[in-house]
Amino acid sequence: MSKRIDVKDLNVYYGDFLAVEDVSINIEAKSVTAFIGPSGCGKSTFLRTLNRMHEVIPGARVEGEVLLDGDNLYGPGVDPVTVRSQIGMVFQRPNPFPTMSIRDNVLAGVKLNNKKISKGEADVLVERSLKGANLWNEVKDRLEKPGSGLSGGQQQRLCIARAIAVEPQVILMDEPCSALDPISTLAIEDLINELKDQYTVVIVTHNMQQAARVSDRTAFFNIAGTGKPGKLIEYGDTHTIFSNPVQKATEDYVSGRFG
Amino acid sequence: MTSTLTPVRSKRSALTKGQLPKYAPYAVLAAALIIGAAILALVGFNPFGWGVVSAILFAVGLVSWSAAVEGSRKAKDKLATCLVVGSFLVALLPLVSVIWTVLVNGIPGLLDPGFLTTSMNGVTGAFDNKAVESGGPVMGGIYHALLGTVQITLLATVISVPVGLLTAIYLVEYGHDGRLAKAITFFVDVMTGIPSIVAGLFAAAFFFAVVGPGTKTGAVAAVALSVLMIPVVVRSSEEMLKIVPNELREAAYALGVRKWRTILKVVIPTAISGIASGVTLAIARVIGETAPILVTAGFATSINSNVFGGWMASLPTFIYTQILNPTSPSNPDPSSQRAWGAALVLIILVMVLNLAARLIARIFAPKTGR
Repeated sequence: MSKRIDVKDLNVYYGDFLAVEDVSINIEAKSVTAFIGPSGCGKSTFLRTLNRMHEVIPGARVEGEVLLDGDNLYGPGVDPVTVRSQIGMVFQRPNPFPTMSIRDNVLAGVKLNNKKISKGEADVLVERSLKGANLWNEVKDRLEKPGSGLSGGQQQRLCIARAIAVEPQVILMDEPCSALDPISTLAIEDLINELKDQYTVVIVTHNMQQAARVSDRTAFFNIAGTGKPGKLIEYGDTHTIFSNPVQKATEDYVSGRFG
Repeated sequence: MTSTLTPVRSKRSALTKGQLPKYAPYAVLAAALIIGAAILALVGFNPFGWGVVSAILFAVGLVSWSAAVEGSRKAKDKLATCLVVGSFLVALLPLVSVIWTVLVNGIPGLLDPGFLTTSMNGVTGAFDNKAVESGGPVMGGIYHALLGTVQITLLATVISVPVGLLTAIYLVEYGHDGRLAKAITFFVDVMTGIPSIVAGLFAAAFFFAVVGPGTKTGAVAAVALSVLMIPVVVRSSEEMLKIVPNELREAAYALGVRKWRTILKVVIPTAISGIASGVTLAIARVIGETAPILVTAGFATSINSNVFGGWMASLPTFIYTQILNPTSPSNPDPSSQRAWGAALVLIILVMVLNLAARLIARIFAPKTGR
């Protein structure tokens, strides 16, 4: 239940502005890939192109190919809704639906699409997803309470449960821990380690220790200056990137001597 | 340990030196009232003048005392407080006065037997003359007008809410600030400023042209009212849809939910409390319109429960005709009593609608708590 992603010569634009230039990268199935780099270097923008969330912003477009197990996401006639149901996403700030209970939040992907599901199947799906997100024990007695009453870390795990309930092939995470305290961060990191048994996980992070802890492979993005496009500088095994990088810029960044 | 405790001091702390005593405002107020009464007694006493003179004396007295004891900063603070409280009282005065007048004049009408359950059908000047001369109960009621107001407003709501809400959805979700969206926003703003009589004449002329000359029904009035309601509904719904966080839309998109489903099941439920209270306030805004109803629904003295046929009474036009053309020209008192009663019912209706708006907002509000 996981697929690989191959990106070929991808350029990302906001209107006429080239935000990310010429990225080619191969993301392995059932692994954790981390994107690191300074703010504004285009790593979040690039992540959003992997499930066509990028084009939600008016004027945004891409050139190039993103292949999910060989199928081009940007091919003619491809419905972005189909793409997004296969490639889920977790955002920087936890965003459970405020009008829904915890249970309905987990079932949101099913219910919002008006798919018919029996109560028994729904119960199984809720329990499996919440267990998958390590949240079941904390919320099993209050599934009918609103999701916004949970703590920030619990809300983020609820969002992960919501994402895995639609059984995607790939899960994209855009700085999932940046709004969380260290304990909640640890809980999410443990969860990412478990998720890679079943899913392909791509995570954007500002925290290099986090990238080193959770990822198998790491991609370093950088930007030459304000107004210039972001570029993929180096991509390789996490161990190599952090201990023996090829590029000088990568070494400067991971060792804290940036600039 | 006990030696470190500060001893309790009876005299005032050095930190509160140079302040007016707590009773200062009350003392100044009492002095101002007494002096104000004395001044007014010289020129002829009246309560309104007493209030104004006392208020000025109070402000001058308190500010200058404060300036003498506490310094200019505190005095400016007192002056600002006086101005703010004074403005509040001035703003409150007409409201309290209106409610008081309508209550005093309206309650006798409201307490008449059959006031809410009978119409004016068959009630002639002879009944009113008899009621005045022999002191019997005032006949007639507002049932037909109440029915008309409720039906016309309901139909206007049924017309305006879908149009207004869908316009707001277009502006926020699909318009992308394009030319069409900007044009719609501009014309909605223009519509907000249309005088109500113009809306009435528009609806009347429209139905004269389409259905036939002289078409006056409740439905025509409802169209006129919806011309007034639509811009209010568009504006309030637009604001409510705008404040729905974009993150929620993105969360739904990322689950593979289509845009129209996202709008229908995530955006609107999140904003529904604000939309519902905006709609209720729009209803409250048009329920008291008189001019557009006069030219579109005419006025009737009997019960007409068909909103699509025949002239129809409503509370504002009922009040208007009862005051302007009393049922008994020689004894207008019963008519004005009925008019005040109808005014009271109208105010109660608006108040109930406002309370309903708050209740709706609370019921639909996104749930919090653990």
